[in-house]
Amino acid sequence: MEYTLRELMAIVAAREIKNGDIVFCGTGISMVAAMAAKHMNAPESVIFFETGAIDSALEEIPMAVADPRVMYSAASCGGLLDAFATMQNRITGDRVIGILGAAQIDKYGNMNSTSIGDYYRPKTRFSGSGGACDVASFVPRYIIFMQHEKRKFPVKVDYLTSPGYLGGNGGRERAGLLSGGPSAVVTNLAMMRFDEKTKEMYLANYYPGISPQKILDNMEFSVDISKATEAAPPTASELRVLREVVDPQRIIL
Amino acid sequence: MDVRADKVMSLAEAIKTYVKEGSHISIGGFTINRNPMAAVYEIIRQGIKNLHVYAHSNGTGVDELVGGGCVAKIEIAYGGNGRAAPTCIRFKQAIQKGTVVHEDYSNYQMSLRFHAGAMGVPFLPTRSSLGTDIVNKWGFSRQMRKDDSKLPDDKLIVMDNPFGDWANCAKVVLVPAINPDVTILHVQKADRQGTCRIQGLQFCDVDQAKAARNVIVTCEEIVDGAELRKDPEYNQIPFIHVSAVVHVPYGAYPSSCHHYYDYDPTQLSDFAKAAKDDGAFKAYLDKFVYGVRDHQGLLDLVGAERLAKIKADPRTGYATGLDRK
Repeated sequence: MEYTLRELMAIVAAREIKNGDIVFCGTGISMVAAMAAKHMNAPESVIFFETGAIDSALEEIPMAVADPRVMYSAASCGGLLDAFATMQNRITGDRVIGILGAAQIDKYGNMNSTSIGDYYRPKTRFSGSGGACDVASFVPRYIIFMQHEKRKFPVKVDYLTSPGYLGGNGGRERAGLLSGGPSAVVTNLAMMRFDEKTKEMYLANYYPGISPQKILDNMEFSVDISKATEAAPPTASELRVLREVVDPQRIIL
Repeated sequence: MDVRADKVMSLAEAIKTYVKEGSHISIGGFTINRNPMAAVYEIIRQGIKNLHVYAHSNGTGVDELVGGGCVAKIEIAYGGNGRAAPTCIRFKQAIQKGTVVHEDYSNYQMSLRFHAGAMGVPFLPTRSSLGTDIVNKWGFSRQMRKDDSKLPDDKLIVMDNPFGDWANCAKVVLVPAINPDVTILHVQKADRQGTCRIQGLQFCDVDQAKAARNVIVTCEEIVDGAELRKDPEYNQIPFIHVSAVVHVPYGAYPSSCHHYYDYDPTQLSDFAKAAKDDGAFKAYLDKFVYGVRDHQGLLDLVGAERLAKIKADPRTGYATGLDRK
């Protein structure tokens, strides 16, 4: 069955969500992944947004976390303080899986969504942290969506907006952060994970038809490809959920 | 604190009275939702400059204020505006050109800063941002902070947990309180004295109001105070915090106002297109801001047909089935 790489990205990320997870969701493809998981492998997962809406019905796909579509039939509509406290508080926070994206990521999963070049007079300015730094600081695991391009996988990020494993194993704990960190990086070519001992990124799955070498060619730093296997292509039922249930208007996909 | 019974005035008068050159301000709403846009346009129209803006993720309004040349300094978590502009375009240009001095925080940190201001404490702690450049890189220099009595000496402070291991936490980041000179909100309902009822997500509006010396409320409807007081548990802001009440239907347009209207994808993307080019942006401002007397003038330009398309469906609170491509 034909599918686009973007559809595969959403499905690969959705498969990471476990039934019963509380899913912190951003905009765009992360919303598609979270919504898809609810209709596939994780029907009892709970989607929530930094704006304060919890367990929204999501009859239509929201285009921003403040879209009124996140409010409809939610369990509660609070505010930012509620949403971030849900993650900082260990009772609920330990159940949360985050979904984030960034302009740059390094081999320890540290992310930049602030600027490229000099911080004071940047070559390119992006939106800034929003809630990304908070999520990355608080939750035990999170998925990061990236486009696989050399400049987006640099040896060192220009500005460290959101913490991954910082300097490697034990880096978060030394800085005073909660343990945890990124569990997967989902790109348009592959899924990467982080080594349990070193906390360095490695290639876990390459997409059908994509060679591990092509993935390395699209990164500034090198990663271990020895453990890599081919990712399972989307099933017909996964694609049906994406196309007919989650985003029938094709707003995001 | 203002207990007058009737605070209703025109928008032009409210802005002129409470927003001054160099004022420290914050606006309510979040990205494409319930930004006090009529008030933002009025600030631009009145040519008020040199503002110091505190923003978590107030996309549409902040970008227009920056584009309108009103902002000198900004403390911000996120300058993005949904699909039309993943990074707010005038904000992006202003930072790249160095025309606005900026300081970056996270959304939770900005929320806590407003909350601290509302509580009357100098700071609040969080476990967010340890080990990041939000801690390490300061947009406002030490000297600039020293020279300005309205700024704390530090962007933030990392501290060992003074309670030892309590709550299994070694370090915290302390973020300083914000007390804006004025906060401007757009709400669904208010009475003439300023008691407000917000429907749907509140974002940080309530803390932003309670932290501010003056609060301007624009609203879809002015309702009878007795009506609001029948269910006081649904009122988030009591009148004591509010200085001015202004009746502005569609006052959040082109951002959305839950149960009244959706965001207007056409206007947001037209704004984003214009914002990319200085000439086109000037033409945009000339037409929609300087070229009209007030918000009704802008709505007249947009036209009844477009407004009908974004009218909220009573079942969902938004325009069900709206073409948002």
